[in-house]
Amino acid sequence: MSIFEYNGSALVAMVGKNCFAIASDRRLGVQLQTIATDFQRIFKIHDKLYVGLSGLATDVQTLYQRFAFRHKLYQLREERNMRPETFASLVSALLYEKRFGPYFCQPVIAGLGEDDKPFICTMDSIGAKELAKDFVVAGTAAESLYGACESMYKPDMEPEELFETISQALLSSIDRDCLSGWGGHVYVVSPNQVIERTLKGRMD
Amino acid sequence: MAATEGIKQHHSTWSPYDNNGGTCIAIAGSNYCVIAADTRMSTGYSILTRDYSKICNLADKCVMASSGFQADVKALQKNLSARHLIYQHQHNKQMSCPAMAQLLSNTLYYKRFFPYYSFNVLGGLDNEGKGCVFTYDAVGSYERVGYGAQGTGGTLMMPVLDNQLKSPSPLLLPAQDATTPLSESEAVDLVKDVFASAAERDIYTGDGLEIVVVNAEGVKREFLELRRD
Amino acid sequence: MANTAIELPPKGGFSFDLCRRNEMLAKKGVQSPSFRKTGTTIVGLVFQDGVILGADTRATEGPIVCDKNCEKIHYMAPNIYCCGAGTAADTEAVTDMVSSQLELHRYATGRESRVVTALTLLKSHLYSYQGHVSAALVLGGVDCTGPHLHTIYPHGSTDTLPFATMGSGSLAAMAMFESRYREGMTREEGIKLVCQAICSGIFNDLGSGSNVDVCVITKGQKEYLRNYELPNPRTYVSSKGYSFAKGHTEVLSTKITPLKEHVKIIEGDAMEE
Repeated sequence: MSIFEYNGSALVAMVGKNCFAIASDRRLGVQLQTIATDFQRIFKIHDKLYVGLSGLATDVQTLYQRFAFRHKLYQLREERNMRPETFASLVSALLYEKRFGPYFCQPVIAGLGEDDKPFICTMDSIGAKELAKDFVVAGTAAESLYGACESMYKPDMEPEELFETISQALLSSIDRDCLSGWGGHVYVVSPNQVIERTLKGRMD
Repeated sequence: MAATEGIKQHHSTWSPYDNNGGTCIAIAGSNYCVIAADTRMSTGYSILTRDYSKICNLADKCVMASSGFQADVKALQKNLSARHLIYQHQHNKQMSCPAMAQLLSNTLYYKRFFPYYSFNVLGGLDNEGKGCVFTYDAVGSYERVGYGAQGTGGTLMMPVLDNQLKSPSPLLLPAQDATTPLSESEAVDLVKDVFASAAERDIYTGDGLEIVVVNAEGVKREFLELRRD
Repeated sequence: MANTAIELPPKGGFSFDLCRRNEMLAKKGVQSPSFRKTGTTIVGLVFQDGVILGADTRATEGPIVCDKNCEKIHYMAPNIYCCGAGTAADTEAVTDMVSSQLELHRYATGRESRVVTALTLLKSHLYSYQGHVSAALVLGGVDCTGPHLHTIYPHGSTDTLPFATMGSGSLAAMAMFESRYREGMTREEGIKLVCQAICSGIFNDLGSGSNVDVCVITKGQKEYLRNYELPNPRTYVSSKGYSFAKGHTEVLSTKITPLKEHVKIIEGDAMEE
């Protein structure tokens, strides 16, 4: 068993027209046993920047605390929010620092940058950035998600359509992954509002 | 003790199996069945050939697509063809698809402890002329389903097929029909699209797509180019 | 972190805090994770006026392509670029680090960076990590001593060559170079040969794929031709597409938060980033 499969997770982010969506499953398990069914692995850094962390849950929470701490230091020093690109570099640096004893965690970063241009990015557990223009995925359901997103994704979707697409891609993928499931959390962020939804999914 | 360990280590690097990659899927409709597979055969990081058919016509209305270790697949196909020939001589008719499905299962389980390293989907028409699909594991556990995907790109395709075709639960009573409501051309279109998607992300899927459609009129073949990288 | 109450931002270098825990996990039988690789074709050649570098754009994680269009030709200095193969994080980190060292060196000396400087910085870093920083590089550039092309292996050994290839597609690409390279090629011939070599890797090696990136460096000039060739478009798109009607997904709860406009201060100096 790989350590990434210990708790199970599914994470996906997609870009729409001047907006983005980030979604995850809700299951926390210890291998095949389900421990919690409302687990949060997507975190808000600021209004227009979210980070999702897949992988080992203990590292997910530790890493989030370090990110939040570093972002607060930045806010105090600079009196502004971090740009998504800057935040991605920070995450990358924090992960690469532990190159020879890594956090077992693959982050997905999604945010609106300057002029509300959407930015999405994922990394492996040692901080190799992968910037994409369409969608990024992570977690135990990554393979299924790649297949689903590759077919279902369309460029320039409006927020509502983006929500339906990312939700369908997520739900159909986690149904084929036994380590993730129990519905999903979806955040659709556009320049003037954030839509946060909880999805109903199979409970097995 | 030390000597035996040395021998063990020497042999542990060698395996009788290889994975030649590739993906195959099948979709059953009300009066047709679509079976498709890519035509790439590869090992490790190299392509052995770009034009290798993974699909085998076992009987008039019964087609098998297999990925995995192609030497085992070839042996399996030969075995089944021979068994089918004997069947024809004994019964003076072609074997039906459900019968072939059972035969394939038995053939695979016969080698339970040195399995054929092949992942098969069997598609065709049943005795009522309805489309049928059977999926297998390497040692012969099988199930009749509405659609199935096997091979390296199978995990990428399955969610899309679930989303578009949604088969009813096998636990429902009375049993629901598992065939998809899609028309034949819609099903072929879906097959092409999921293969194009899988070829984008799975390095072992690509080069070409061979689609076989079985319906009352007979068997039709179609080809589509896929990414060659 | 025993002596400090709060964790201070680190000053650089690797941290081995988690090694003990991870070793314990490994002993319990959990596999340590695989990292993102750029199972790559990267090449470079010297032509009559300088150096041409080339790379494919596929990044893989096992059998799955995780990035279809990544950048493998990294900036080192205005006159030096470097192609990277191996673990993606290592190639990225090692080239970024050396390029910043070169930048500082240029500020200190007021001179253009030399390719050998970059080469020495890279190889001494890689050598000191005994091959654990797994970056295989093709370094190319033009400085006051002329055009240079080097390959650097993860253990820190280097080669100086007129044409070079690296990565999983190196044999496929080298086949093209060995049969078609000659001294004193023109720019057009050089770019064409680099493209052929990369395409040979793209089509014959499963670890390489997607598009061709090219970078031409000549005396006092460089041209980064990103996605110079796009030989692998998607072959089929569903005629009807997948559209989901609004309300298709079952939703348990919805929360809509309007975002406030942030007050912007126009007066005063905007701080540098």
